[in-house]
Amino acid sequence: MTANIKIIVFGILAEKMQTKELMVENISDTDALMHYIKQTYPVLNDIKMSIAVNKNIITQNLSIKSGDEIALLPPFSGG
Amino acid sequence: MSRFERQILLTGFGEAAQQKLLNAKVLVVGAGGLGCPILLYLAAAGVGTIAVVDGDKVALSNLNRQVIFEENDINKSKAETAVHYLKRKHKDIQVIALPYYLNTENSIETMKQYDLIIDGTDNFETRYMVNDSCILLDKPLVFGAIYKNEGQVALFNTPDENGIKINYRDVFPIPPTSSEIPNCSETGVLGVLPGMIGIMMATEAIKWLSGYGKTLCNKMMIYGMLDYSFYELKIHPNTLNCHAPKTIEAFRKTDYKVLCGSTGNSSLADITWQKAISKKENNPHDVVLIDIRELHENPKLTRLEHIQQPLSELMDNERVLPNFKFIYLFCQTGVRSRYAAATLQKRFPDKNICSIEGGIIQLFTIEKMKEYVS
Repeated sequence: MTANIKIIVFGILAEKMQTKELMVENISDTDALMHYIKQTYPVLNDIKMSIAVNKNIITQNLSIKSGDEIALLPPFSGG
Repeated sequence: MSRFERQILLTGFGEAAQQKLLNAKVLVVGAGGLGCPILLYLAAAGVGTIAVVDGDKVALSNLNRQVIFEENDINKSKAETAVHYLKRKHKDIQVIALPYYLNTENSIETMKQYDLIIDGTDNFETRYMVNDSCILLDKPLVFGAIYKNEGQVALFNTPDENGIKINYRDVFPIPPTSSEIPNCSETGVLGVLPGMIGIMMATEAIKWLSGYGKTLCNKMMIYGMLDYSFYELKIHPNTLNCHAPKTIEAFRKTDYKVLCGSTGNSSLADITWQKAISKKENNPHDVVLIDIRELHENPKLTRLEHIQQPLSELMDNERVLPNFKFIYLFCQTGVRSRYAAATLQKRFPDKNICSIEGGIIQLFTIEKMKEYVS
């Protein structure tokens, strides 16, 4: 099976993960995705972030299917 | 010929839109990297009344991005210097300097008389405070923020075509601590980035005030300077957005410094499950564990005495607390409980109120602790 879910990350998350984009596979929902991300990148520990599925910020667990695009967005404070 | 001739000429803008700008009253919070371009372009566009609130003074390191100021302005008030500059440039609009910082005492009074608020601040405390003030006053808010080479822009608290309003807490319900996300004074920034984001914010303000074009209402635009990327996200009302103070009185009592963790108050440190459980088992009468999730949320804590008191009710109904000295709150992942602990600790300074680290989900990952969850 090919990696078919694209994850785009912003700000300090991209910096800590040392990538702006990654592909994952076999992840059924956003809770499982967050579990996977935090296991794979413990350096994120508890940085708050918002999750978007196909450019919609989600507010509860949502199932993910092949071809979906996920964005992980941290808050920015600078000005 | 008027100085607005070229924008009045624009198809779809015209005299009517120009008149709306001239009649508008806008408050710009912060005269920094975002505030400077915002002020320059709103004044040039002919927004009739522009106030700028900022208690800071100009410093040499500001000059790479705060393009209103010059070397002779160092140590002068940013708000007064910016207003002096804009008054010299444009005599046909009213520009007001408010040379102080917004806080929970003055923010409602300051914002009340303006039609639109623009947040060009540089820290989470003020951003959450400005957001919450706008909710209480029902004022639209142009939001913009930067981190290193990226920026976010949004328009909050104004209804979309379906009448839905969102605010910053729908995107980020709980304030991050300042140590989680550093700001520009710690990370550095090229002046053009706040220039770009500030101009996008001024654009949103002009569009909202004049009705010209489509705004970023209920959306957030993320701009990446390094690769010229634009990424637009749709925002939806968030059920976790229940933390903003509901009344002006509650707002005035909120300590945004504590919420955003910038005081380093050690009493707000999380407690681990191991410690919380052993403390409860050894001092059952002094210690209470409270599940602050909504009643339908699973898994449940078992084999250990605790109270279920959803966060939404806990804040209005604190009567269970006086009986205990140590109050340990938990939720699903430890985020909501940390917020609740910070808020309650302020109300009950003589008690020890902690959030249990990682929430109930954490119990699955600790050997010998899985038996406590069902």
